[in-house]
Amino acid sequence: MDFSTALVLNAIIAGLLLGGFYAAVSVGISISFGMLDVVNIAHPAFIILGSYIAYIVNDRMGLDPIVVSVVLSPLFFAFGMLLYRIYYLCFEKRGQESLRGLAFFFGILFITEVLLLLVFGVDYRMVQTRYSETTWRLGVVDFPLRLAVPFLVSVVMVVSVQLLLTHSFFGRAVLAVAQDQLALRLMGVNPVKIKERAFALSIATAGVAGAFLIVIQPVQPAIGREFIGLVFAVCVLGGMGSIWGTLLGAFVLGLAESFTSTFFGPSWSPAVSFGLLLATLALKPAGLLGR
Amino acid sequence: MSNRVFAAVAFAIALAIVAASKLIANDYFFSAAYTVLQFVILATAWNILGGYTGYVNFGSAAFFATGAYTTVFLVKAYHPPLPVSIVAGTLVAGLLGLVLGYLTLRLRGVFFAIATLALAVVLFTFVVNWDYVGGARGAYVLQPREVPLGFPRYIHLLYSTMVLMTALALVVARAIETSTVGRGLAAIRDDELAAECAGVPTLRLKIFSATVSGALMGMAGTPFPYYLSYIEPSAAFNLSYAVNSIAMPLIGGMMSWLGPVIGAVLLGTVQQLVQVTISSAWNLLIVGVLLVLFVTLAPNGLMGWVEAWRRRHPSRPRTRGRRDTQAKDAGFPPSRE
Repeated sequence: MDFSTALVLNAIIAGLLLGGFYAAVSVGISISFGMLDVVNIAHPAFIILGSYIAYIVNDRMGLDPIVVSVVLSPLFFAFGMLLYRIYYLCFEKRGQESLRGLAFFFGILFITEVLLLLVFGVDYRMVQTRYSETTWRLGVVDFPLRLAVPFLVSVVMVVSVQLLLTHSFFGRAVLAVAQDQLALRLMGVNPVKIKERAFALSIATAGVAGAFLIVIQPVQPAIGREFIGLVFAVCVLGGMGSIWGTLLGAFVLGLAESFTSTFFGPSWSPAVSFGLLLATLALKPAGLLGR
Repeated sequence: MSNRVFAAVAFAIALAIVAASKLIANDYFFSAAYTVLQFVILATAWNILGGYTGYVNFGSAAFFATGAYTTVFLVKAYHPPLPVSIVAGTLVAGLLGLVLGYLTLRLRGVFFAIATLALAVVLFTFVVNWDYVGGARGAYVLQPREVPLGFPRYIHLLYSTMVLMTALALVVARAIETSTVGRGLAAIRDDELAAECAGVPTLRLKIFSATVSGALMGMAGTPFPYYLSYIEPSAAFNLSYAVNSIAMPLIGGMMSWLGPVIGAVLLGTVQQLVQVTISSAWNLLIVGVLLVLFVTLAPNGLMGWVEAWRRRHPSRPRTRGRRDTQAKDAGFPPSRE
């Protein structure tokens, strides 16, 4: 009895810690897919790219990967602006985003993955930090810092994105783009500029989430694919375009995966997100906190 | 050309190709041609849902692997002859398309696309955990020692099967394209709301097209375990099937059955050459780069160029059809139906 209580408690804590990380992974999709209607399926590829950049800097200079990723996030921001420019000119402007736009992002996802594969090979890479080996214990419950540090930083990041969106002119303009682009135009705001910056913000969060990923587990170019189902599951489960919903959805998914891997074995956990995604789509397509 | 005549011609050509290939002594030819034909079927199947209906399927690998693993399962359980595996794999993959379509095609189109992406990951997980078909270790499916129908080697038989299946896939695709169903699908692609208002049974047609598309992809996968003799999940679920079956129709042109064929033959041949001369990672990079270049710069593919060239040179006999059918009729002679 004592043993199983500890097991359940640890599964809950691990699930919540994992959920915080999932929120950071998915918040970008919540912005681009949920608010801007840009179905960026290449998002996980940019997360892996972020992991590798953090890895290189950590490997060469020994700097903390999370600090590095925050410092380098303007780079990802600029890259996101460029990518949205291309997407807008080639697809959105011509009204072809539904099929060709998707194929475009799929191609970008594929190219990023193959390039990383050609440069770094299929070996798993990992980083060294001062906290990666430490685990705090409270009674029977473990808090591995390798999970807890990314958890804290990512919750801070997600909450600041939410505050930015609700308390600044830019953020309100983004929310307005999601609702009515024409009305925004009538207010004298260019929706394309707003979308460009919001999309860039979503790519910047991907870069930072990449650093969390490589702190949590070793990274290999192909693991990005496992996150595709996950990010969309979190986004749809929480409710499209709701950041609080994303946080909630991420915790639900984290708990579900943690329980699955504790009681059925870790090899089943990739199936959890898809199951949740399908169930949400079939039963409650609006999500938990959807409008 | 009516569909019956087209079918007769297609199968006659297929049989002629099979007969003529007996003169070729080089075994590498059969192996390479098998791969290219496999891509022709995948691209044609993808195009039934993607090109005709406008719904993107990222899970070609999942359907392909469903066909392949149906064969593995049947071989382990009953040792049936190849045709039985082909029919069973086709049906199972079709059923998968039906269920997935029923669950997600009622929502916005993008949810179907996301569901297909996730489907590949989940089926992969499922197969890796399923020990009966080999799990992560993979499984051996040995080619029978006696080759039926007087073929010198088993690869010749597989190649001939692939030629016939390709003909079948093309006949099915063209029949759908030229029928009322095809016009309904085109209406969904151009404006789903307007189609619904005009009385097109949109959901039923979408599910039909997802089912047929999935079934053909599965069919392409059924001989695959025999082809490799040894199959493992990461070979059957390789992402290159998904990216190739999208890139090929986009490069060839998505409006008619001929586009995917052109794209698949071109891209498939290039990949065979690159794989032999450079490396397989580079050939994936080439496919990805070509996909992005074509989709941004030439959204109607090679067939779109042909059509644009024809419009600029009106002295050539114009094909029937209004502006909105565009490249649909390009590439084959005017139809008499």
